[in-house]
Amino acid sequence: MSDFVLWLQNPGLSHFLVLSAILFSLGLFAILTRRNAIMVLMGIELILNAANINFVAFSRYAAATLDGQVVAIFVIILAAAEAAIALAIVLNIYQNFNTVNVDDLNKLRD
Amino acid sequence: MTLAAGSVVVFSRNIVRSAFALLFAFFGVAGLYVLLLADFIAVTQLLVYVGGILVLVIFGVMLTQRQVSVDIKTGTLQVWPALIVTAALAGSLSAIFYSTEWKTSPLVDQTATAPKLGEMLLGDYLLPFEVASVVLLVALIGAALIARREKKAS
Repeated sequence: MSDFVLWLQNPGLSHFLVLSAILFSLGLFAILTRRNAIMVLMGIELILNAANINFVAFSRYAAATLDGQVVAIFVIILAAAEAAIALAIVLNIYQNFNTVNVDDLNKLRD
Repeated sequence: MTLAAGSVVVFSRNIVRSAFALLFAFFGVAGLYVLLLADFIAVTQLLVYVGGILVLVIFGVMLTQRQVSVDIKTGTLQVWPALIVTAALAGSLSAIFYSTEWKTSPLVDQTATAPKLGEMLLGDYLLPFEVASVVLLVALIGAALIARREKKAS
């Protein structure tokens, strides 16, 4: 137990990693449980942010270069593009089916 | 703060409250970037995520609302397996991260990262940079094409 308190008092690499792991699993829970398509999107954004924190933390603590930050920039770019397209699709679905409940979108099923 | 906001995003019953908690989560992540001395990334995160993606998300929330509160799966089979799986994932990942001996290099004194990032983007990472700009162009055209109003049913 005192090991844990000592760990809490010296911030380092593993703190950022643990935080990003918890954020990742929160986002995963949002994707698995929520029925609204936009809530699923929010979970995806949380997951992408958690991965980004991981990249930047490793770039700071375990490498002397800025490679992790460059990858983080690319992840932000791709997340923005994907969020735009996903919201366009969701709006189109809402126009056509009048619902954003992911359970009700089963037209492809027999 | 980031984790508290993330929890509100995931567990709240009101979708508008989730969207605003997402705002605080993004601010928290930007603060973490500042702690990691990644100044350019922090500002980019604020501009792109808060100013762009969050605005899009709130647009989406407001335009697809017929009722104010959206409920989570109420008591059916879905919540408990998801809870077990994500708790197991979080627990195992945290345990791994807590107990490994990470090979850390000595912390460098970090000056402004923007010039160095610019050099890297136009040097080592030139190809991904160009491809990312093409991706953004395609995403822009695609999103505008998908979301316009259909005048007639075709």
